[in-house]
Amino acid sequence: MEKNETTASAQILDTQKNVQEPPKLKKDPREKLYKPKGRPLILASSPFSQTKDSVPKIMWFVSLALSPTIICSVIFFGIRSIYMISTSILAALVTEFVITRLRKQPDTLSDGSAFLTGLLLALTLPPTFPISGCILGSVFAIFIGKQLFGGLGCNIFNPALLGRAFLQASFPVKMTTWTLPRFADIHTYSGVTSADAITGATPLGLFKYENIVTDLKPLFLGNVGGSLGETSALALLIGGIFLLMMRHADWRIPVGFLGSVAFFGGIFWLVDSTAYPSPLFHLLSGGLLLGAFFMATDMVTSPITIKGTWIYSIGAGILLVIIRLFGGLPEGVMYSILIMNGLTPLINRYTRPKFFGEARA
Amino acid sequence: MKLRTFKKGIHLNEYKEFSQDKKIEKLPLPQRVYIPLQQHIGAPCEPLVKKGETVKTGQMIGRSSAYVSAPIHASITGEVKAIDKFPHPLGMRVEMIHIERTSEDDEWEYLPIPKNWEKMPRVEVIKLINDAGIVGMGGAGFPTHVKLNPPPDKKIDSFILNGVECEPYLTSDHRLMVEYTDQILKGMHIIMSLLNVKNGYIGIENNKPDAIEIMSQRVNDLGYPYQVVPLEVKYPQGAEKLLIKSVLNRNVPVGGLPMDVGVVVNNVATAKAVADAVLKGIPLIERVTTVTGDGIINPKNVLTRIGTPFSDLIDFCGGLKDETTMVFMGGPMMGQAQYDLSIPIIKAAGGIVCNTSKMVKMVEHYPCIRCGACVDACPMYLLPTRLAKLTEHKKYEEADKLGIQTCIECGSCAFSCPAHIPLVQWIRVGKMRVSELKLKQKVS
Repeated sequence: MEKNETTASAQILDTQKNVQEPPKLKKDPREKLYKPKGRPLILASSPFSQTKDSVPKIMWFVSLALSPTIICSVIFFGIRSIYMISTSILAALVTEFVITRLRKQPDTLSDGSAFLTGLLLALTLPPTFPISGCILGSVFAIFIGKQLFGGLGCNIFNPALLGRAFLQASFPVKMTTWTLPRFADIHTYSGVTSADAITGATPLGLFKYENIVTDLKPLFLGNVGGSLGETSALALLIGGIFLLMMRHADWRIPVGFLGSVAFFGGIFWLVDSTAYPSPLFHLLSGGLLLGAFFMATDMVTSPITIKGTWIYSIGAGILLVIIRLFGGLPEGVMYSILIMNGLTPLINRYTRPKFFGEARA
Repeated sequence: MKLRTFKKGIHLNEYKEFSQDKKIEKLPLPQRVYIPLQQHIGAPCEPLVKKGETVKTGQMIGRSSAYVSAPIHASITGEVKAIDKFPHPLGMRVEMIHIERTSEDDEWEYLPIPKNWEKMPRVEVIKLINDAGIVGMGGAGFPTHVKLNPPPDKKIDSFILNGVECEPYLTSDHRLMVEYTDQILKGMHIIMSLLNVKNGYIGIENNKPDAIEIMSQRVNDLGYPYQVVPLEVKYPQGAEKLLIKSVLNRNVPVGGLPMDVGVVVNNVATAKAVADAVLKGIPLIERVTTVTGDGIINPKNVLTRIGTPFSDLIDFCGGLKDETTMVFMGGPMMGQAQYDLSIPIIKAAGGIVCNTSKMVKMVEHYPCIRCGACVDACPMYLLPTRLAKLTEHKKYEEADKLGIQTCIECGSCAFSCPAHIPLVQWIRVGKMRVSELKLKQKVS
């Protein structure tokens, strides 16, 4: 059968040689394609195998790694923290949904990035911050911080931090009003009389304005004043190390960030240990751990090159030490990361690795 | 002991267990073969036979006058039925010579070989290797005689035999090393004498301990001064430039060839083909191909004639499972997907992999989140995400500046991308466009 067809088609070709006809698609002489069960085989361009990682997986894993921190925020600041976190997440999701609809983009809620932005924003807010403020911050973070740039992957600044910066600029008093955690050792705080409804300060604030050094143990556990998710170093370390072990965050960023804070903070401490806090105090206080493990590691806003990543993380550390020791604010994690975010495209441009075999200039 | 390797690259699931312990089996002579006039890099061959002619096994049926080219030979004894365009495993329709078998056994036409090749002038032996149609059998299909004849200003001091086989699934080189050890070593000896080099290395990845053992043992027994170098298992170590980096720690310059750093690399299958040609006078008419994957009933390593339709090999291995959705030639990282299984085995076909939808998943892709996974993976130190984006926006000149032509298309970037962006696919398009652009500039 096949043989006959081959010769037949060859003959047709011979006779048609001089005939001016539009070239007809000749039937394949081997007639039937060899297919399993008659289904066509799939065609694609290699590679045909792919990593099991995916963008939603990364986002949801980061959210999962924050769960110890969420639990700690409930323990120290009560059930209100759950309200704040969930409204903020909900606001982020709704904003994302509405704006992707307006931009006629495919639905992106399931990729987890809006969820993560809402969660991270809530964790950086003081425990008494009004719920309406949470909503406002989330809307700003998603709308201005992310979707206005073009959605996931296109934003220059970390959306959650941008949302917080907006709130800080809009409600400076509310953003710096701190309550003490429920089990706070009140003797640590000067002038504090009743445990409830007092306005405590963060360890960094106490140090900056009143030169009181908080003990390291409450600092480590999180039993101090501060934002919802930043007080417990223990919970953040558990989540952060989990994240690094799952390779969903670049280890160079926390190492570079924390390392440079410890190093440069340490230099000042060695020069004058009464005027400047110890490196360990630097590491455990404020939002540094939250920032270093969960904010600075945001892939979208950190450099893609290895050399660039070091510059980024160490640069953020230096900026943080400068803001904390010499700036007007007690805490500078937010601004140091945002500034380095802004520098990231530039860093990427100037840290292109040499190609394999490229002449070393 | 710390194993040698290169920097970056990726770790893959091997899937070699399907076929790594299966002995090489000889496929019965196929009823018909389709021999493409182009199976190599370089000029295509002109047919030397006409329709209706009878040909003997090993008879040269096509060649080109160009220097960078390799002749083709009839792989069975039979009658030429047609010289026409048929689908080629690398895509498109290519001129092929269709031979229908007429006799039960082979009637051979051997190459004229000397009694003692060592006394023959070097040029003659290289011509013999050219006449045997030998090309790089690792996948690229670069004519071997060109490699063996470096320009006089390039001083070659080392030869590396490539037994890495870093693609998942494929085991043909592995089995060849275990079962045809002596022939491979003889071929290596011939190549090294032709190149007049003293340092011979055999690079084998550490996942083939039996091959490493038997190769080292036979090297000792036969008294060759070669060094077997076990390498860490990493993709894409089998790429020439990276193998040289792994074994000798030399960097082939951008746009350069291995000979620029004094090295020639050949695949183990090529070495065996050289030994067959020079010692036995058999041109390159057969090769070992792995038929494997979770979509085939009996995975095997098959010794098959060049030009045999894929379907013959698949039938020989028990056929495809019903749920098979994809068949590709070569490994999953750099292979070519096929839609029609009557395409022939070509000289560079290391394997046929049949996969079900369990192995090959169709996934949607997300926007790039600039995680840098591709940058971490790229063994050529490129920025794949940037290159892909530049290609997408048709900024070819900038892509060229960022080294798009340095890309070896290994696919590590696309593999490691968590957003599943077809990075290497974009880069391939970009490379093509950049070459066209350069050609245009040269013309004008």
